[in-house]
Amino acid sequence: MSGYTPELKELIKNVAATRPQRVERARKNQHFPAMTMDQRKEWLSKYHPDYKPDGRRAVKVGPNKGETFPEEVVNLLESKSRINPKNIDLAKIDYETDVLVIGAGGAGTAAALIAQENGCKVIVATKLRHGDSNTVMAEGGIQGADQECDSPYYHYLDVVGGGHFSNQPDLVAGLTNDAPLVIHWLESLGLMFDKYHDGRMLVRHGGGTCRKRMHSAGDMTGAEIMRVLRDEARNRSEDIKVLEFSPAVELILNADGRCSGAVLYNLETKEYYIVKAKAVVMATGGFGRLHIQGFPTTNHYGATADGIVMVYRAGVKMKDLDSTQYHPTGVVYPEQNIGLLITEKVRGLGSQLININGEEFCFPLEPRDIESSCIIRECLEKGKGITTPVGRMGVWLDSPMIEALHGEGTVRKELPAKYIQFKRYGIDISKEPMLVYPTLHYQNGGMMINANAGTTLPGLYAAGEVTGGVHGRNRLMGNSLLDILVFGRRAGMNAAEYLKTVKSQKSGVKLTLEHVEKFEKELKAGGVKEPVIGPMILPEYTPDHVKARQWG
Amino acid sequence: MDKHKKPIKPLATGDKTIPPEGAKMIPIYIMGREYIVPETLTIMKATEYAGYQYMRGCGCRGGICGACGTFYRFLGDYKLKTGLACQTVAQPNMVITQLPFFPSNRPDYDLEKMEGTPHEELRRLYPEVFKCVGCGTCTRTCPMDIDVMDYIALMKRGDLKGAAIKSFDCVMCGLCAARCPAQISQFTAAMFVRRIYGKYILPTAEHLKKRVEAVKSGKYLKMLDELTKKSADELKKLYTEREREPDMAEPGKWMPKDVSHL
Repeated sequence: MSGYTPELKELIKNVAATRPQRVERARKNQHFPAMTMDQRKEWLSKYHPDYKPDGRRAVKVGPNKGETFPEEVVNLLESKSRINPKNIDLAKIDYETDVLVIGAGGAGTAAALIAQENGCKVIVATKLRHGDSNTVMAEGGIQGADQECDSPYYHYLDVVGGGHFSNQPDLVAGLTNDAPLVIHWLESLGLMFDKYHDGRMLVRHGGGTCRKRMHSAGDMTGAEIMRVLRDEARNRSEDIKVLEFSPAVELILNADGRCSGAVLYNLETKEYYIVKAKAVVMATGGFGRLHIQGFPTTNHYGATADGIVMVYRAGVKMKDLDSTQYHPTGVVYPEQNIGLLITEKVRGLGSQLININGEEFCFPLEPRDIESSCIIRECLEKGKGITTPVGRMGVWLDSPMIEALHGEGTVRKELPAKYIQFKRYGIDISKEPMLVYPTLHYQNGGMMINANAGTTLPGLYAAGEVTGGVHGRNRLMGNSLLDILVFGRRAGMNAAEYLKTVKSQKSGVKLTLEHVEKFEKELKAGGVKEPVIGPMILPEYTPDHVKARQWG
Repeated sequence: MDKHKKPIKPLATGDKTIPPEGAKMIPIYIMGREYIVPETLTIMKATEYAGYQYMRGCGCRGGICGACGTFYRFLGDYKLKTGLACQTVAQPNMVITQLPFFPSNRPDYDLEKMEGTPHEELRRLYPEVFKCVGCGTCTRTCPMDIDVMDYIALMKRGDLKGAAIKSFDCVMCGLCAARCPAQISQFTAAMFVRRIYGKYILPTAEHLKKRVEAVKSGKYLKMLDELTKKSADELKKLYTEREREPDMAEPGKWMPKDVSHL
């Protein structure tokens, strides 16, 4: 393939021209000044997509009735069930287990492993394959305060500062306190962390950190975490049964109001199954594939917000669901890589963001929402963005600076996957910069949990992107891999603890889907006309010319 | 700021690719059936453009999950090629089939209880690795450009460190195993070797061990608890006052002025 067009190649010369001076300044630790708190606030309200009034509306029913969320999310919160509870005989149970984990990414798998270690039989139900998740796509790293100059105290401050002090405090305390435990757990499971010869962890800064505490495994930290956890779960297959291509579509409650299982849907045979469980862990991930405001996304194919849809019907409240993280650096060229994430590590290694004239316009390691706002401002307000052949807008991410700062070959060594992904299209990112623009990356909000990963519904636990509060209204790099493991483990552990309390109770309490029927009555009463069917399960990218011929 | 300037609007197409104006339409053959699609799309996006909705064979769409391993040939060409559907650009006369799943051998093991040396364990669990015939088909097949045969050779030789490092970029799509005449599941053997390397050969982090002991003793609970009770203004003050570790600071050497919260 041919790489950049001649027009873009011409513009790249501006970046190369200013590079030597920029590298010189960076060596002396002279950076573009970071923003003050007041500036941050102003930039956010002016340029961040979350603050735009259009494309949102108030939800008409349910625990968050009256609150305003993105339209794409509200449509699903106000959706109706895929099943008719009247057709389902809950006395016929297909699977029975101690703990049912819904979702098989990092959070779900961690929960399964820890529940198993605490004596539980576990079923993991997942929509796609075991491990198909945003976890595998997290590249940059995982935070944990394990260095001498650092502690959970400073990690806490970074987390709440990044989240604009809107985080749920007990969750942040849990996140930062358990971080070293999680890193150690991964090390003991044989994860190939980047280390120095003596075993010391190689750590770096990320956006918004005051200490270097970003641990990594090449530029595929999440993929390495996922394959290690999945491998371990497979070693325990006697106790952990994984049902792939079988998404949950409704929670099942019992007559005592406890969460007691779920209805699964076999995507291939179109059959429904009843799983009865003593406790349920919700770990279905986020909503990137809803393409809020038409943004491209870095998320995996299954990120369609299924979990929040199910639990909302069961009365679990949402928090900060109007807050979406746009990753500042999504690819806009070549077109084939649209939305693809460029890890923050690229900036952690010293790459700067550069406009069409070859100028810096922001500190490259601001928290993500601020950084995104800076890029949007540079493109839309100042008109100093670069336009691609199809009309997309972006700024340069000057990756060749990495070679200048850390020596030749560093890009290939530190960013092997990214190097290959561009090389395929004839672009050598160790010599030419990348063209980037913010892309839909992370669901900041979600279902409410407590520090035990428990919810207001007895027997229901939750972890990871499906939950809200840990990161407040903005998440820092390296804290989502941490989040899924800290709260995945806590969910597994506390589900196992909870089991002891239900064991003593009489079994045989009737299962019910009454909450689903009740919710549909609410939809009618609330004036929701023609609700869509939820959960969505799979996104649809069928082009119009095909749809026009689907006459059936 | 010029007030008469026309507002610039970004394109909002979700995940849909915009074919460049006047894009050439090309024939591709999805499992043998001809479809006409715009050039420059990846196989995955071309398949969706043709009207398929993926269930299997599509995961991260970013080249890392291994769900979309693909075999293809060009009409009239005997050479069999491979790629990831989400990363490979569809070209005229490509005959395509994805391999969303391939049965592989993956014996269970207990990482905590290794019976012999790592190399002995590898021999016990994966005896077939040692029957590699050295044909190199795996290496030619790998869509991640991993020299699979080389890491298998390193395994045979007992260089598990080398095998772990050389196989690190593996996305576990299974295409190598699908083509191996010795019936080796290279990618599952490599997974085992990487975990053995990570646990038993890579040195452990001493500073981490110490910090874990401190966390387990409850050392940080009180200071974290105090933070949870602070107002946003108090937190803002602490946040703005915190010292930033210099980028180029030597590992484990730099210390902040205030060490009371370490």
